[in-house]
Amino acid sequence: MSGNTSTSMIVTLGFVTALSGFLIVTAYQTTKPAIEENKRLRIQQTVLEVIKGATAYKPFVITANGDLLEATPDLKGTNVYAGYDAQGKLMGLAAEGRAQGYSGSVETIYAYSPACECITGVKVIKQTETPGLGDKVITNKDFVANFEKLDAKLDAAGKALANAIVTVKHGSKKNPWEVDAISGATISSRAIAKGLNGSAQEVLPKVVPLLSTIEGAKP
Amino acid sequence: MSLIKQDDTITVDTFMEGIWRENPVFVMMLGMCPTLAVTTSAINALGMGAATTFVLIASSLLVSLFRNLIPAGVRIATYIVIIATFVTLVDYIMQAYSQALYAAMGAFIQLIVVNCIILGRAEACASRNKPLKSMVNAAGMGLGFTLALLCLGGVREILGNGSLFGLPLFGEHFQPWVIMVLPAGGFLVLAGWLILFEWLKLRKQGRSQQVGGAVHEH
Repeated sequence: MSGNTSTSMIVTLGFVTALSGFLIVTAYQTTKPAIEENKRLRIQQTVLEVIKGATAYKPFVITANGDLLEATPDLKGTNVYAGYDAQGKLMGLAAEGRAQGYSGSVETIYAYSPACECITGVKVIKQTETPGLGDKVITNKDFVANFEKLDAKLDAAGKALANAIVTVKHGSKKNPWEVDAISGATISSRAIAKGLNGSAQEVLPKVVPLLSTIEGAKP
Repeated sequence: MSLIKQDDTITVDTFMEGIWRENPVFVMMLGMCPTLAVTTSAINALGMGAATTFVLIASSLLVSLFRNLIPAGVRIATYIVIIATFVTLVDYIMQAYSQALYAAMGAFIQLIVVNCIILGRAEACASRNKPLKSMVNAAGMGLGFTLALLCLGGVREILGNGSLFGLPLFGEHFQPWVIMVLPAGGFLVLAGWLILFEWLKLRKQGRSQQVGGAVHEH
């Protein structure tokens, strides 16, 4: 081996990077379907879990100009999922909330029930909060109970929520639209409520007038 | 390279070296970043250990196969490319098979690239030994690293969360020692283990000195 000549260095690096590229592309191609399937399954599972009584769902997309369309892979916009029971009756809607937490964004999927005009459940799908503190928003039973019947009525004009969803200090919840924070994890609690509020303010005014269309659609 | 005489025999020590005498975490103090960051629970520690072990073994094999072809001037760059390739593979595989584990590891999977244990093995062992011996040694190092992470992750999970491998150990009324799962807890638990090992070492030395002294007096 000639050792340290430029040619041998270039040849070695070229060979190793080519081999590396080949391996990475192979792994990417092999795992891509599994990764996408995983993501889809996770959303499906979460949507069916969060909408009570739903056994099937249908994804919709709210486009940039406010139309509600059935989702196709290349349609961009805000995702809304409609959950139906075995008879095809609409059980509720689900949408995605997202807000900045203590260390990164907290992403949730929440269920909205048109019958009670309230939020009926929240699942955290992505968070990087402090383990043992901020991740209590997933495990703390009292906190999760906040979202069993959280008021999300629209105002008279139907353009926004009648009462914005807000987080209040632990133990001081008085109104049905307030979220009782976890003491010691206020910022993470606030991130969940903020994500819900942001998404509900945007999604509900557009979806509620079109409920009959969604009810008519079959999963 | 020809000056270093290659000893091809694979002994038990080739494998055991990484587990005890040259344990990457407790003796060599390498790879401290993932050690402190992801050991908040036993499962995370195991996941990180397994990912690192895979990268260690696979990159040791490749470095060892090409050891006589890589010019000394670009050897570090070559090692990094090889290591980065396997880290990317782990990244994809973990995403494909366990989203939960992948979410818990965060950026630390990608950071395996710069884990000194792996570069250290490539330079100190794989570039001087035959593939099989390098792989055996790397497997030992990987296992030693995994065990060390488990030592930290287990203690931190028990104290900071009252559970082990996600199973609750104490009753409802256990108030977890939250600082243990925060970054400061990582340092505290690591220091605790280092004190324990140092004490064991000193005690062993003291004993052998006593024995030696007794012989001398005689």
